[in-house]
Amino acid sequence: MDQIAVADTLPPRFTAWFQSRGWHVHDHQVAVLRAVQAGHSALLIAPTGGGKTLAGFLPSLVELADADPKAKRTGIHTLYISPLKALTVDVARNLETPIAEMGLPIEAETRTGDTPQNRRQRQRKHPPHILLTTPESLALLLSYTEAPDYFASLKTVIIDELHAIADTKRGQLLTLGLARIARLAPECRFLGLSATVAAPERVAQHLNYGARPLDIIRGRDGAQPEMGILIPEARVPWSGRMALHSVPALYEEIKKHKTTLVFVNTRAQAELVFHGLWKMNDDNLAIGLHHGSLAVEQRRKIEAAMARGALRAVVATSSLDLGIDWGDIDLVIQVGAPKGASRLLQRIGRANHRLDEPSRALLVPANRFEVLECKAAIEAALAKDLDEYPPRPYCLDVLAQHILCLACAGSIDPDQVYLEVTTAAPYASLPREEFDRVFAFVRDGGYALKAYDRWKRLRKMPDGGWRAANMTVVRQYRMNVGTIVEAPMLKVRLGRGGAFGQTLGEVEEWFVQGLLPGDTFQFAGRLLRFEGIREMSVICSPAKSGEPKVPVYGGGRLPLTTGLADRVRAILEDRSQQRDLPDDVQEWLRLQRWRSVLPQRSRLLIESFPRGNKEFLVAYCFEGRIAHQTLGMLLTRRMERAGLKPLGFVATDYVIATWALFAPTQDQIERLFGEDMLGDDLEEWLDDSSMLRRSFRNVAVVAGLIERRHPGEEKSRKQITFNADLIYDVLRKHEPDHILLRATRQDAAWNLADVQRLGDFLKRIQGRIDLRRLDRVTPLAVPVLITLGSTEVGNEAMDALLEEAAADLIEEATSGEPGQEAML
Amino acid sequence: MTRTITVEWHGLALQLDLDGALYWAEERLLVAADLHLEKGTSYASTAGRLLPPYDSAQTVERLERLIEAYRPLRVIALGDSFHDRRGAMRLDGEVAERIRVLTDRVDWIWIHGNHDPKPPKQLGGRGAVEIAIGPLVFRHDAHEDRHAEGGEVIGHYHPVASVSTRGRSFRRRCFAIGRHRLLLPAFGAYAGGLNVRESAIQRLLDAKAQVALLGRDRLHLFPIAAALPDASLPI
Repeated sequence: MDQIAVADTLPPRFTAWFQSRGWHVHDHQVAVLRAVQAGHSALLIAPTGGGKTLAGFLPSLVELADADPKAKRTGIHTLYISPLKALTVDVARNLETPIAEMGLPIEAETRTGDTPQNRRQRQRKHPPHILLTTPESLALLLSYTEAPDYFASLKTVIIDELHAIADTKRGQLLTLGLARIARLAPECRFLGLSATVAAPERVAQHLNYGARPLDIIRGRDGAQPEMGILIPEARVPWSGRMALHSVPALYEEIKKHKTTLVFVNTRAQAELVFHGLWKMNDDNLAIGLHHGSLAVEQRRKIEAAMARGALRAVVATSSLDLGIDWGDIDLVIQVGAPKGASRLLQRIGRANHRLDEPSRALLVPANRFEVLECKAAIEAALAKDLDEYPPRPYCLDVLAQHILCLACAGSIDPDQVYLEVTTAAPYASLPREEFDRVFAFVRDGGYALKAYDRWKRLRKMPDGGWRAANMTVVRQYRMNVGTIVEAPMLKVRLGRGGAFGQTLGEVEEWFVQGLLPGDTFQFAGRLLRFEGIREMSVICSPAKSGEPKVPVYGGGRLPLTTGLADRVRAILEDRSQQRDLPDDVQEWLRLQRWRSVLPQRSRLLIESFPRGNKEFLVAYCFEGRIAHQTLGMLLTRRMERAGLKPLGFVATDYVIATWALFAPTQDQIERLFGEDMLGDDLEEWLDDSSMLRRSFRNVAVVAGLIERRHPGEEKSRKQITFNADLIYDVLRKHEPDHILLRATRQDAAWNLADVQRLGDFLKRIQGRIDLRRLDRVTPLAVPVLITLGSTEVGNEAMDALLEEAAADLIEEATSGEPGQEAML
Repeated sequence: MTRTITVEWHGLALQLDLDGALYWAEERLLVAADLHLEKGTSYASTAGRLLPPYDSAQTVERLERLIEAYRPLRVIALGDSFHDRRGAMRLDGEVAERIRVLTDRVDWIWIHGNHDPKPPKQLGGRGAVEIAIGPLVFRHDAHEDRHAEGGEVIGHYHPVASVSTRGRSFRRRCFAIGRHRLLLPAFGAYAGGLNVRESAIQRLLDAKAQVALLGRDRLHLFPIAAALPDASLPI
């Protein structure tokens, strides 16, 4: 960009400052400044290392550069929002540099869940110029009665890492908040910062309010990353997800590089990989562990050590997907297939500091299918063929929370609120009828049985509007802000005897239920001995040896994207794309071609073969684990009706395998895989299964029906948080079309069952099914059959399991006493 | 009547029903404990929470079905029939009417509970602190000094047992059957539960006690040793 143009836009003080730092002003930084100065909203898409954050703040810094420091302010000028507390804190710190070095009269402060109460009070009374915060803290601010004053003078909202929350419940809550801000502050411009995504226009919609023009500005691409696939000892395991076989090779890479980021896909995997590296760490390299269930202090310590350049490697999950740039990482290793091209690029981008230097990345497949996925991911990343996800339909529970937020701040008119919320992109198509039902829910529960007229949560005001009825309602709202509802977790603390020590992190409750005192488990990078549970905490002591269990967490295992799935199918179909695959993978595919066939890209291959008295059906769907689970449930129901006597199924990201007493014919297969699977069968299954129950629990908390359970704030037994299951049972029997149940079905279908994806799949394969009958298992089917032992069991099998347990116990109890029945 | 198991207790054959009620065929007596009617609506005034107000209807419906199935001559509501003293007044008109129909049909006894120390007005039936029939005494809470040879059938504790199998655990309402005490699960649609391993219940039972878990379609009998304590509060 020529310097005259820059000079036109940037005040001299700023140009001088850039020069003093030895920085060029990027084109996109100028473009953003121009756009915002012209009164436009904008989405900036740029890779990491391109001065994105600075681009976001420049317009505000320039505008405030001449502000009168003594002028009294009743509101803030700029709001910065990031999805990560740590990122917010870090950005605030970095912002001090230009402010201090240019001597700008600007006050910038952070406000998150960690901000102490007195500082929050001060921020309300004496607003800073720039407030850096999180989506949840913004929601809280909007619920204060002074919100209109606080935001009236707002000129710019900056949303960082917009791509990361755009299509989530959290993002939806944020857009509702932004829609509100747009009303309170008509002069406000919205500026989004995003990584490269497949559909920038869709992300941009989250910034589109009022009639304000919206620009999409693209930063210059960084250098293409250099990506390769690491195959330790030239051998690839048949199955498995953890890739623990690669640990020695990982260690070698870490030794060869200055700082390595080792990304894994799950927390359990992080613990195991870290443990493996630690065990062979003869060179005493500084290696850290980072995942979402470690205590905050632990994570901060690791992040600080990374920033200082004190670590040779960090093993991390998606907990490090977002965050500050660290300049010194020279290698990123993705252990286990990345599941999506965007995700891969974003992770690699974490190491991209200097825009023009290529980042280096290695992918480590955990099994043979993953080799194909890794190859597909690299190709997609190089071609910039990013994953496109279908947009998430609007969430009604989020809307309920937002309506209550507005009603806490002041009197609201449903007509106005409806107009306002439909300016938020996800809610554009919200029908008035549904809005009214959500409103009724917030006001008095929305039940057909009018039991709560006296106890409405919203009271009618003299001006005809509705407002939170009392401070109890307001307090409940404020304690409950947010859209993330986690599985019940317990803190893990070191301790013995009476004293408790350090908190290491959290594990899910069900994991603890499987532990007996004396059991060892691997957590926070340590080997621990389970001592017991006291005061809602898991107490443990350091263990010296033992066969440790590893806590596994329910959430977080993403299925591979449709884009990658399609590429994997393309690789399988086309021999020329297989030539650079590792030898044993090529051999595997060659054997498959000999024994059977390879799947075709646009068709569905199903293999049918007998094995050990059962008939196996292996369908190579490649639609991801979640859709396959749903498919498995529905398929086995239909197989039952067809008289095939199914016994079970198992699903991986690539394949679903069922076993039964009888094999289906081609005709039967066509009918089994018919699109009508998603009609009655789906409804019945959803009803029966625990999916809806789980979703209801989350929806009920987000919508404000029941309290969030605050870890560490456990109350006495008398004040137990109401059991969501009981409420669900009663509600669905007596008012099955209650708005919360509607929200529950939508949530389950989207989150837990991947119904949309399954529907698209079924449509695609109609009339395109190849059924092959064989006399034995095929090479391509081996991986899924190996995983046979680990089917998940839902409540459907509860009675069978309990019966079995009871029988075992009776057997145990009565063995040695022949002839005596169990005494009742 | 396939959803029951029969236990022999103090020389009597007692049926434990999957719905959480007890039926003594010889006496044509049906017993259900801790109905906690109007618990849902009680949260509106105490906690500002507006829960679905259908728990009473649900509980009454289940009682109707049991009475239809067993055709008892006498029904004992074993205390805490209402969640609080004003509960009876909050009842929906239609639900109140349905209760009156039931109390007309059978000899209905409202045993006094700690949540409802007096029987409800205008719903029929009669009140009592406890009632003795044969070798059994029916009360809401355990009597501390009970040393008699007979058995005490009580409610109050809302027993729940947690059994673990194949890496999964199931936490279900249950009957608890000890030598001298038989605890009924809570019948109410919104009634919570207390783990049988908590000391409040444990002290009432002997080491050889059993628990009968209410599964989905059938009951499951376990020795109490198989029941696990809670790791933490249920969500």
